[in-house]
Amino acid sequence: MSAENKEVILSVENLSVEYSSKDIGTAKAVNGMSFSIKKGTTLGLVGETGAGKTTTAYSIMGIVPKPQGKVVSGKIEFEGRDLRKLPERELRKIRGSKISMIFQDPMTALNPIDTVGRQIEEVLKLHDNLSHEEAIRKAGELLEMVGIPSERYNEYPHQFSGGMKQRVVIAIALACQPEFLIADEPTTALDVTIQSQILSMINELKQTLGTSMLLITHDLGVVAEMCDEVCVVYAGQIVERGNFRHIYKNMAHPYTIGLFNSLPDLRNSSQKLQPIPGMMPDPTDLPKGCKFQPRCQYCTEKCRQEEPKLLELEDGHFVRCFCPQKR
Amino acid sequence: MDSFLRVEHLKKYFKSHGGILHAVDDVSFSIEEGKTIGVVGESGCGKSTLGRVMIHLLDSTDGKIIYKGEDVTKPDRKRLSELRSEMQMIFQDPYSSLNPKYTVFQALEEPLLIQQNLKVREREEKVYEIMEMVGLAERLVNTFPHELDGGRRQRIGIGRALSINPRFIVCDEPVSALDVSIQAQILNLLQEIQEKMNLTYMFITHDLAVVKYISDKILVMYLGQVVEFADSEELFANPLNPYTKALLSAVPVPDIEQRKERVILKGEVTSPIDPKPGCRFASRCAYATEACFSQTPELREVSEGHWVRCVNV
Repeated sequence: MSAENKEVILSVENLSVEYSSKDIGTAKAVNGMSFSIKKGTTLGLVGETGAGKTTTAYSIMGIVPKPQGKVVSGKIEFEGRDLRKLPERELRKIRGSKISMIFQDPMTALNPIDTVGRQIEEVLKLHDNLSHEEAIRKAGELLEMVGIPSERYNEYPHQFSGGMKQRVVIAIALACQPEFLIADEPTTALDVTIQSQILSMINELKQTLGTSMLLITHDLGVVAEMCDEVCVVYAGQIVERGNFRHIYKNMAHPYTIGLFNSLPDLRNSSQKLQPIPGMMPDPTDLPKGCKFQPRCQYCTEKCRQEEPKLLELEDGHFVRCFCPQKR
Repeated sequence: MDSFLRVEHLKKYFKSHGGILHAVDDVSFSIEEGKTIGVVGESGCGKSTLGRVMIHLLDSTDGKIIYKGEDVTKPDRKRLSELRSEMQMIFQDPYSSLNPKYTVFQALEEPLLIQQNLKVREREEKVYEIMEMVGLAERLVNTFPHELDGGRRQRIGIGRALSINPRFIVCDEPVSALDVSIQAQILNLLQEIQEKMNLTYMFITHDLAVVKYISDKILVMYLGQVVEFADSEELFANPLNPYTKALLSAVPVPDIEQRKERVILKGEVTSPIDPKPGCRFASRCAYATEACFSQTPELREVSEGHWVRCVNV
């Protein structure tokens, strides 16, 4: 992949997000996340529940739930502009037309009392200034593009199956041909055969439209299928980052290795699974030193005291660990 | 010798608006004691209904369930109560299958109250014994489900199923709601317990890697019917039914060396309401011939222990 020479479309620098409430105190959801995505490539954000993946996506879109959520620091640069400094009016113009998002759960992302056709129309009218007739025609085309016959234009979401609804959500996200697409677990709620339909469709559309993508998932198989680069996220931090092919062969962070060892292997079932002991730390009470330290079998005194930095281990391969391992 | 549990031509139909819904349609198989049978298939293929019928949470419409040589298809009340202690279920969603008002202690004590005549002290000991077995720390005994994470909640669910010494457990997607690192912990726990207590599992899941890991035999279902039944190794090495092939090829594998040929299915699952004669998969099958639409294929044994439902195999 010749990703090195391409220009960066989105870069996130030192992003931190907190949620606070009276009952639980302050939860540090994202802690100093930095990454960048080159034009036309796909970056995967992998991690478990509560790692801060979706919060990162919400920060880019500027839709972190208020007032409990707050972006504490960081810079989110899209095409040379810091999205955090833009006024809401400007942001609304970008959101949906230049950056759009496919949400995880198609059952709740659609408006249940509006036809699917009209929901696609809405985006077109808002951003592309199309007339009513044009919007209807274009929305019909979009439905066909995602593999839904345009005769179903006037049907409601409840008349569609899960896979079909997710296609509608994708059609809405792609309506304005965004330059940048955030897909938050786009196939998690779907069956495998439907998942493979949707993934290959996203891949095709990405190629024809040249869209760049941030893909959020917990499924390493999906990452292998879709992503050029990958960031492994733990407790709101990137613990390992790099080219997926390289990382697959040379993974170095104990958490990444643990994730791969926790997966049952389709080709070899005799091997016993080696789960990571313990569980994710409480974001209101993160451990001192390395965030993974309480679950790590290679933990040293240094790991308990000092927080490791994300350092370049090899060219383009970053690891946040004092004692990187080999699988 | 008769097998531990055998099912013959089991059917479960539901009445619905549009007609008769064939949730489980003519399913036959057998399980040996101490083994695991995996049931795979996509949403709506009838795998959960099958599990529920097996342990009498639902009554079957037709067919037979034979447990240790005894016909238990329609047990009387007394026998049903006995069977309930021998056949248990672990549910998918530990968030909704536990009573939010019960502490860990109460949740684990409840099955003992119903099924066993124990003194207070004995019950207490038993609860702690179970907690240790499923890996719940003693200090959690008075916590409520909402204070615990998904993995620990699922451990309570497993503890509840185990507390009354069952012989057969239906595990309905027990790890689907959990993160991979926790999923591996629970899978290992289930295997350890199986070895210790010589339990028989029916493991229902949509995750093929998980089913391969845990099962001895695998049943692949499509629209209420068994389309393939074989030993786990054999099924993955040599899948014969076109649906099984497509299903196996659809799984994304976290491996860069192995770029496999993808079979992408057209369309979606058709309706299980009043299915037409002919193969139920025919409309999505790349190899479908005219015969597939007119004649209903039978499940037949193509090699020893490998059963397939397809005209063209």
